Amino acid sequence: MTQLFTGAEIVFKALEEHKVEFIFGYPGGAVLPLYDELVNHKNIKHILVRHEQGAGHAAEGYARSSGKVGVVLVTSGPGATNTVTALTDAYMDSIPLVCISGQVPTHLIGTDAFQECDTTGITRPCTKHNWLVKDVNNLSAIIHKAFYIAKSGRPGPVLVDIPKDIQFQKGQYQKSEYVLKKITKEIAKIDEKEILKILTLIVKAKKPIIYTGGGVINSGDKATELVREFVKITGFPITSTLQGLGAYPGDDDKFLGMLGMHGTFEANNAMHDCDLMINLGARFDDRITGKIDKFSPNSKKIHIDIDPSSINKIIQVDHSLVGDVGEVLSRLISVFKKKYPNFEKSNKGNISEWWKRIDKWRERKSLSFENSTKTIKPQYAVQRLYELTKDKDTFITTEVGQHQMWAAQHYKFNKPNRWMTSGGLGTMGYGLPAAIGVQIANPGKLVIDIAGEASILMNIQELSTAVQYRLPVKIFIINNQYMGMVRQWQELLHDKNYSESYTEALPDFVKLAEAYGAIGIRAKTPDELDEKIKLMLQSDKPVIFDCVVDKVENCFPMIPSGKAHNEMILGPADKEDKKISEEGKVLV
Amino acid sequence: MIKHLSAYPELNIKEKSERHIMVVWVDNEAGVLARIAGLFSGRGYNIESLAVAQVDDEKHISRITIATNGTKSVIHQIKAQLLKLVPVHKVASYEVNNKSIFRELALLKVLVTGDKLKKVKKLCNSFKAKILDQTKNSMIIELNSYQEDIDKLIKSLKPLGLASTSRTGPLAMVKGAELKEMNKGKVI
Repeated sequence: MTQLFTGAEIVFKALEEHKVEFIFGYPGGAVLPLYDELVNHKNIKHILVRHEQGAGHAAEGYARSSGKVGVVLVTSGPGATNTVTALTDAYMDSIPLVCISGQVPTHLIGTDAFQECDTTGITRPCTKHNWLVKDVNNLSAIIHKAFYIAKSGRPGPVLVDIPKDIQFQKGQYQKSEYVLKKITKEIAKIDEKEILKILTLIVKAKKPIIYTGGGVINSGDKATELVREFVKITGFPITSTLQGLGAYPGDDDKFLGMLGMHGTFEANNAMHDCDLMINLGARFDDRITGKIDKFSPNSKKIHIDIDPSSINKIIQVDHSLVGDVGEVLSRLISVFKKKYPNFEKSNKGNISEWWKRIDKWRERKSLSFENSTKTIKPQYAVQRLYELTKDKDTFITTEVGQHQMWAAQHYKFNKPNRWMTSGGLGTMGYGLPAAIGVQIANPGKLVIDIAGEASILMNIQELSTAVQYRLPVKIFIINNQYMGMVRQWQELLHDKNYSESYTEALPDFVKLAEAYGAIGIRAKTPDELDEKIKLMLQSDKPVIFDCVVDKVENCFPMIPSGKAHNEMILGPADKEDKKISEEGKVLV
Repeated sequence: MIKHLSAYPELNIKEKSERHIMVVWVDNEAGVLARIAGLFSGRGYNIESLAVAQVDDEKHISRITIATNGTKSVIHQIKAQLLKLVPVHKVASYEVNNKSIFRELALLKVLVTGDKLKKVKKLCNSFKAKILDQTKNSMIIELNSYQEDIDKLIKSLKPLGLASTSRTGPLAMVKGAELKEMNKGKVI
């Protein structure tokens, strides 16, 4: 006779089979049987957050910095609805999560029971797939599939909703091997003809550019190595989206910096003027393209992506290869090396004019800013933070807003999985819980959340989690008392009508840190900045660093909404003659 | 004037919008229709009509037929998005042309007496519509045809006392021995 297990036992057996080491969660009525079973599994450690949204983002930080699947456990009703933001965030940025939620017992579903909500209904549009488990005998198979789907293809979040009675009921356990062999994997073959056509374009290109995205990071370390090799054997310039930072060394000569709305002058102009664009694992997001009908008008475009729906969604391309970036690139490079050995050297003359133009654009130093001796400029703060931490294999998370863009511009990443930021959804409050997940996955490493004073307050309660688990995350608040990006847009688009973007009352962040049992440090002037940052780095406890900066600094360069890549505003002096059209104002 | 309100750049390009019949083969499981309908509403696609029934009772496969409209690139995008849904096995789109057969069913109730009754019967004859139920002051008519034909009959019946209309929306099948192939690159 087959052995029977309770639903709760089945859940943990399955988690063990998938080598889950950490769960980020919060208990409640509908998951009590699962929490009861938790204590029997010493190899799975539960991290108790202070809010379910924090659990979701922490799992995201864990997943992004480790390449593993993040696991979330929450109760029914509010527990589930509180994770919706994090699930949506993970869906937009392609982060693999498995969220297990409790549900009211089967016989109460549909009766508006206490803490009941239609969890699968609510999370349907923000997950790759979700399940409501109605039969305990299906539970193990569903969890195995959940892990498979979260990680396969373009990764993303999935949710398994388990009614409380199912957690108690006894049923059979199926091993993942048995379940997953039934899933027919249809790996699309790499189109060899398309590869040859692409190679011809690469050889002919006079003004090429490579543009990488989060897909390279998701594909894994091998893909980032291949991107580096591809740049080496072609000698082509490379730029990256916000999510792709770290795939190629940020301090390398071939790297033009980030592109897009707050990208560098050289990256955006190169995108506009190129004759060949090679998109590796990016999705032509609107922050990248600017005005669609003016986007890189004279180039042949190649798109390599694992998601077929990304091809020709926003930008029509000339050639595409659907597949894992690492696998496709590996094939492309091996054919290329055989057909065109020593290409980099022989092709130098072909693209030297192009590099000269790029160097001209570089001379504009679009990331420069007017520094001050009296107040800390936010860019200067990030630059100093970078200089003082660059030798430490540092992991950076951010919240959302100006500080996020300054971090992306001035902090340089040489390795993948070191940069965790909410790009697609733009979730304020992401950075601190994400940093907690990163620190869990990378004990002993330096983890810094570059934050804004408005964003950090959205999930500040997670500082308590950091203190509980002795996670020495550093929260570096660029404090200008404004929702800076909102203020910047109001300045540019709404005649400086700073409606509700100033925070009249803020906590004393040093005292706040102390109240939580963490360390509080404040820096007010540029001359004390270095010394205070060092103080922060010496601490083995969580630290809030309140960096008081210039209140009205704007984030430049910038492609104003509705404009093209070659219509950037470079700085405050530049913005007057580049008025934003009525059409542009409507865009976000 | 603001023109570009849509997030979908395809809609800004003056491409011709065409009527398409999408057919989706799905696992017949709870919530599958909500996934399909949610995808259409969430991404701003249009559902003109929808017909669903299980077609394979061993494998529990349902065939969903959706009449929609959009430019070529929108139709392409709808297909790609549908294929990403886990319970979706296969997606095919049928251009409305003479390469495929399209059929929908209409039930029409007419409240009618006297002279008009004759006219209705005559209409039914010319449209090859069946009369399923008749009393002294009412009639239920069934017409199994293509969309425009049904539109015509409805238009003609309106002044003759058409009181209730029910339509299924079209079903589609390719003519000849051809079958719609499995899509390449289905990944989950």
